[in-house]
Amino acid sequence: MEKYAVYVPKLVTKKENFAPGHRACIGCGEALAVRLACKALGQSVIIANATGCMEIVSSPLPYTSWRVPWIHTLFENTAAVASGIEAGLKMLMKKGRIAQKDIKVVAMAGDGGTSDIGLQALSGALERGHDFLYLCFDNEAYMNTGIQRSSSTPYGASTTTSPAGKVSIGQVSWKKNMPAIAAAHDIPYVATACPSYPFDLMAKVAKGAQRGPAYVQILSPCPTGWRHAADLTVRMGRLAVETGMFPLYEVENGAYKLTFDFPKLRPVTDYMKLQGRFRHLSEDIITEIQQRVNKEYAKLKEKAS
Amino acid sequence: MSKRVGIEVSLAIGDAVRLANADVIAAYPITPQTHIVEHLAELVANGELDAEYIPVESEHSAMSACLGASAVGARTFTATAGQGLELMHEVLYVASSMRLPVIMAVANRALSAPLSVWGDQSDVMAVRDTGWIQLFVENGQETVDNVLCAFRIGEDPRVLLPVMVHLDGFYLSHVIEAVLFPEQSQVDRFLPPFKHPVPLHPDRPVTMGAFAMPIIYSEAKWAQEVNLEAAKEVIFECWGEFGKLFGRNYSPVEHYRSDDARVLLLTLGGFSETAMTAVDKMRGEGKSVGLVRLRLWRPFPFAEIRQAVKNAEVLIVLDRAISFGGPGGPVCSEVRSALYGEAKKPKVIGFIGGLGGRDITPSGFEEIINRGIEIAQRGSDREFEIFGVRE
Repeated sequence: MEKYAVYVPKLVTKKENFAPGHRACIGCGEALAVRLACKALGQSVIIANATGCMEIVSSPLPYTSWRVPWIHTLFENTAAVASGIEAGLKMLMKKGRIAQKDIKVVAMAGDGGTSDIGLQALSGALERGHDFLYLCFDNEAYMNTGIQRSSSTPYGASTTTSPAGKVSIGQVSWKKNMPAIAAAHDIPYVATACPSYPFDLMAKVAKGAQRGPAYVQILSPCPTGWRHAADLTVRMGRLAVETGMFPLYEVENGAYKLTFDFPKLRPVTDYMKLQGRFRHLSEDIITEIQQRVNKEYAKLKEKAS
Repeated sequence: MSKRVGIEVSLAIGDAVRLANADVIAAYPITPQTHIVEHLAELVANGELDAEYIPVESEHSAMSACLGASAVGARTFTATAGQGLELMHEVLYVASSMRLPVIMAVANRALSAPLSVWGDQSDVMAVRDTGWIQLFVENGQETVDNVLCAFRIGEDPRVLLPVMVHLDGFYLSHVIEAVLFPEQSQVDRFLPPFKHPVPLHPDRPVTMGAFAMPIIYSEAKWAQEVNLEAAKEVIFECWGEFGKLFGRNYSPVEHYRSDDARVLLLTLGGFSETAMTAVDKMRGEGKSVGLVRLRLWRPFPFAEIRQAVKNAEVLIVLDRAISFGGPGGPVCSEVRSALYGEAKKPKVIGFIGGLGGRDITPSGFEEIINRGIEIAQRGSDREFEIFGVRE
């Protein structure tokens, strides 16, 4: 909480390493998250980016939004590419072919590129212990291809491949607990963050960049895919946290710590009613979701106690 | 002085990579390539090769890790075979399109199903169009020499392309051969350290792998094609230099008793040495038979192939892969199309054989040549022949 002192905003660098002019949608929570993460990472970094929204909006040849070295290759292999970058730098420095320098290696991917198609490569890289930070920008569906469900899509959300219909509530599975999967690799640092809490996000990204492997999952509200008003992005992230639907916490060397511990969670409807993707849900389903959120939050508090 | 040693060819590849002083090796085990990466792991474990060895969780990640390592300017090597090469498939295009000179040995293997760990060239043919430079070798010495050449060719600033060195799974990868290893000092002279012109580094930020709208994609692909074609000159230059330094010469199309032959057989890879035995025997019987072997598969040596076969009456092409429902073997198709516009050209007869580790003996090659001559004279109602199959 020390990060929230009033003068802190003045200490944040004005330098934008994720330059404006990119083609993200109005109100994109992910662009905001990437911008903040880049402020936290500084200049001495190499970023490997998976295919997805951020890659597409930031790198239309011959333009680029990246003022730090950046590479995109494919969708599911970002953690493996980062492994190679880390190993290559290590050996080139050892052999004296490039100067000794603390260069942070950062992989960036969306929730589909992380919890679905990229999970194997990520697990491999975490298990091998590469010194890198993996940032998952979680907007809870395949937004770049047009709002298809991923394993990170919340229960009940209507997407183009989990549409709500006469006999379907939409997504029928609970959001995959990706941070727990990352933490199960016994890595030094795992955290969740959200650009609605910018200083917390920057602090966590900076912490993860210190010693890898580290994993930070950043909830990135998506007005286009969640179908909420474009000016509600920051509000949406706050509500996700305050309702317990996306709690903020850290797992440092296996120890869980809640970033914010709310004595009483807001009802999930405060969050859900503002979003078109949940609009079809009946009272019964919302009650079911509320109960599950309460249960998951209690489990998390238990781990953090 | 160079030393000639008896060594399994897979291990010899590892030793060649050690001589090349590779920086990063990312590898995943798959038969019949395993001995290569096992030996490299051993060399790294014993401190004989100062490299980062990344034991990845799949071939897809092996090639992906190689992309990252190469992009920061590391000399990068991996090896694979069969299914592993197929799992890498989409990553292969990225390596060549992003001009990342990853060097890879491929112990050629059949593709499932049915599962077969044994050799043929189905894996090679499936990655034909990935934009890599692709070389075939026939014995242990050629393998070591061409692994060294592959680094020099791929990393040449005029080229900057990944290179595959293809060797037959088991038939070559697992045999023990006499190999002459160059001295470290000779290799160091022949192969300077890799210097990527614009590596990923914070001192000079670059964006790699940006996406292309239709307005620029064609130009990017055409540039790639021009680049791969231009690599031919550098490949020839490298082989020339290698010949001068080490006394062993390589060319894109190799000839064996083919200059005056009326009937030619065209092969790729280790089988070629068996085919030579058959050619010798038939020559002894007074038959005008010769052999041409394709060493450079990509970029395809059009001029050299045309030159090599122009005086022959019959050209029999032996493929070790099937293009299902197509005109036969992929190599035969390419050779046929390379010759189509020529005024003077041999009749091209396509054979497929040696699939999934099925051996072809010298008498088998004789049979193929004789049958090829027969088809050239009498014709056939088939697009191609398959050798030695029980129908």
